[in-house]
Amino acid sequence: MIDHVELWVVIVLLAIGSFGLRFVFLGVVGNKQMPEWLLRHLRYTAVSVLPALVAPLVLWPAATGGEPDPARLGATFATLGVGILTRNIFAGIAAGAATLFGLMAFLG
Amino acid sequence: MTSTVKSAYWKGFRDGAPFFLVVSPFALLFGVVATEAGLNVFEALAFSVAVIAGAAQFTALQLLQNDAPVVIALVSALAVNLRMAMYSASLTPWIGAAPFWQRAIAAYFTVDQTYACSIVAYEKNPEWTVPMRIAYFFGVMSPVCPFWYVFTIVGAMIGEAIPPEFGLDFAMPITFIAMIAPMLRSLPHLAACFTAVTCALLLTWMPLNLGLLVSGIAGMMAGAATEKWRDGHRAAPKEAEA
Repeated sequence: MIDHVELWVVIVLLAIGSFGLRFVFLGVVGNKQMPEWLLRHLRYTAVSVLPALVAPLVLWPAATGGEPDPARLGATFATLGVGILTRNIFAGIAAGAATLFGLMAFLG
Repeated sequence: MTSTVKSAYWKGFRDGAPFFLVVSPFALLFGVVATEAGLNVFEALAFSVAVIAGAAQFTALQLLQNDAPVVIALVSALAVNLRMAMYSASLTPWIGAAPFWQRAIAAYFTVDQTYACSIVAYEKNPEWTVPMRIAYFFGVMSPVCPFWYVFTIVGAMIGEAIPPEFGLDFAMPITFIAMIAPMLRSLPHLAACFTAVTCALLLTWMPLNLGLLVSGIAGMMAGAATEKWRDGHRAAPKEAEA
């Protein structure tokens, strides 16, 4: 069971730290011009960090004890394929969810 | 508010609205897990309001539950949230000129969904003014963030495990993949994504979730290098003509 004093220490410090991380550039740099090489790297932030965040979850999902799972892999490819073809976020989500539930039902 | 600012807000609201379907189950799950770990409803809600970052909240909670020292729980959760600093940097060229208080509030609400929607909209509509960009950001936030709080409470009150057959664990990956797919529109974007994914899979052994940070930076470097290489090739014939 979690110690409640420790819990509140973590909540408060994590809140301050998370806000600091979110504010560091937006607040401090603000309107100042950033160098071109930095801007060139920042253009690829979303397309690097989000895939890196999900890749291990796709290949080794916790829900199956870290074993690769055909339903989740199928859902990943369906989402990716439909998302690239339609360029529509919600078409991708719908395709992924349908594939996930379909394969989970089919494969038991 | 002028009409263009108002319409930017509602455009953001419409773009953010469907994320309700993803954020709600994720928040519900956090409420349930928090209750199972011994938190009361108020503590679970305080966690969600103060931190407003699902992955970091789950990380901190799990480590505390495993009797990890406070410092380890804190550092690990902050490492998971390091991507927020990258989001902050990435948004700065677009909304850095906004008033200080607006930037402070936007910083608090910088989460995966508000960031991903906004950066796509800003790149698609470079003619938008700064107030329109801010309005769009808060438009996306409105149907997303309040439900993070509400469904944390609902989950903490239900307090029962949601069976794994529901596949809720995969709501987050599917959303992010769907958000990334339309961004894969040029060679540098593909290079960044491929590099980041490869690194992330190879670096899972790294402690404190640092593999994510290293992979993110590697992807950004690959994207930037490919862009420079491509632009060099495009510029070369022009120079030859001149």
